[in-house]
Amino acid sequence: MSDIDTPEGLKRTPLTARHHSLGAKMAAFAGYDMPIQYENGIMAEHLHTRSKAGLFDVSHMGQAYLMGHGADEALEALVPGDIKGLAIGQMRYTLLLNKDGGVIDDLMVLKLAPDLLFLVVNAGRKDVDYALLRRSLPRDITLEVLQERALVALQGPSAVKVLGAIHPQAAKLRFMTGYKSEDGMIITRSGYTGEDGFEISLPVDEDMALITQITQHADVQWIGLGARDSLRLEAGLCLYGHELDETISPIEADLKWVIPKARRESLNFPGGARIGRELKEGTSRIRVGIKPQGRAPAREQTVIQHQGRAVGVITSGGYGPSVAGPVAIGYIEPALAAAGTVVELLIRNQPHPAEIVKLPFVPHTYIK
Amino acid sequence: MRKYTKEHEWIDVAGDEATIGITSFAQNALGDVVYVELPAAGKQLNAKQEAAVVESVKAASDVYAPVAGTVTATNEKLSADPSLVNRAAEGEGWFFKLKLANLSDLDGLMDEDSYKAHVGELG
Repeated sequence: MSDIDTPEGLKRTPLTARHHSLGAKMAAFAGYDMPIQYENGIMAEHLHTRSKAGLFDVSHMGQAYLMGHGADEALEALVPGDIKGLAIGQMRYTLLLNKDGGVIDDLMVLKLAPDLLFLVVNAGRKDVDYALLRRSLPRDITLEVLQERALVALQGPSAVKVLGAIHPQAAKLRFMTGYKSEDGMIITRSGYTGEDGFEISLPVDEDMALITQITQHADVQWIGLGARDSLRLEAGLCLYGHELDETISPIEADLKWVIPKARRESLNFPGGARIGRELKEGTSRIRVGIKPQGRAPAREQTVIQHQGRAVGVITSGGYGPSVAGPVAIGYIEPALAAAGTVVELLIRNQPHPAEIVKLPFVPHTYIK
Repeated sequence: MRKYTKEHEWIDVAGDEATIGITSFAQNALGDVVYVELPAAGKQLNAKQEAAVVESVKAASDVYAPVAGTVTATNEKLSADPSLVNRAAEGEGWFFKLKLANLSDLDGLMDEDSYKAHVGELG
């Protein structure tokens, strides 16, 4: 395939031409022409990431600076997380919430300097997020969208060895910390696979030498969005549009941990009333892990039954290559959410037994 | 005699019995096969009716009966080792066998050259 193969209307990342030249299977994702898999296929790519290191192009995601005195305080008013308390170099996973406590987006926030935050938001939610931020932030806080940067994730047990050889300072980072290097890279020890690894934001230039250096390492392979999804599913992580949307609250999504104790009491963020009520009274649904007992994968929207009654629905489901069997995440009535509860999944109108399990399916290997 | 459908099934006919599977092109497009659901023996299928399901890491796809008939056997090896579909789609990785209801159903199917041309257009 050549550069001109991107279908009309789809956006390209700074790395699209490389994916095409590597023979990746491409597909539209959030308006971008993205690699779903390369020649080795999803299974091999997934297992390679868990055993060595995978490089993912995630340049479709939104990158932005939030700048100005009090940027942290201004963002904190829109999210339930502690942003003011971030030390320089510290990163936080948090949520933009609507006034009803539903999730507008999940995002990463890195404090780079006293008056400078670096944000990474979902590709499909960029426009909504930026509009919300522009509308809600005080006038002296500026949102600068970073169009001219690529974003890649290097994930897996070899990631630290590979990146550390190029950027020694990166190897010293702990999980959820980061820095901006002298050559303009923003490197964080983070990712969305459950593995140790890094996300690297880099200025776009013609050769993007860092990408070439990383891919030259024998342990590194390019990994497509197919394996990215199966890795995050095994890691029990939420994907916007599946586990999270504007009707789902962080309490329902089992993300109570993103709300620090003080803010569970102050409730001084959008949707605080609902969150406060749910903390006290519980919810009607809760996110859980689901392990089908047979071999049949249960896909998104599969109905979960208990004694013949519909009690929930699967929001992400497929095959977990590291688990070597089907895995799923979904929402269920809290009374049935305890690990070990046996339920039935209605796959093509046939009930298949499954068990509620604790997430993640594959233990995280973060360097904390 | 082997024939093909536009939906990428192959069918081998011997007398009034046929063996059915998915083509090599189809398995390649699907990627790693992780699960195959086969019809029950004795099930009567109409031509173009959903007969089996093949699932890759990412998605589930239907496999259709190319012709009408009664299921006489299914490939139990696929239950234990679905990846056989990737390794030998047009041989050991067959899905099911049918006793044909109407031999004339075969007339509407593609021969190898037509199928190759069809795949070429998808190329």
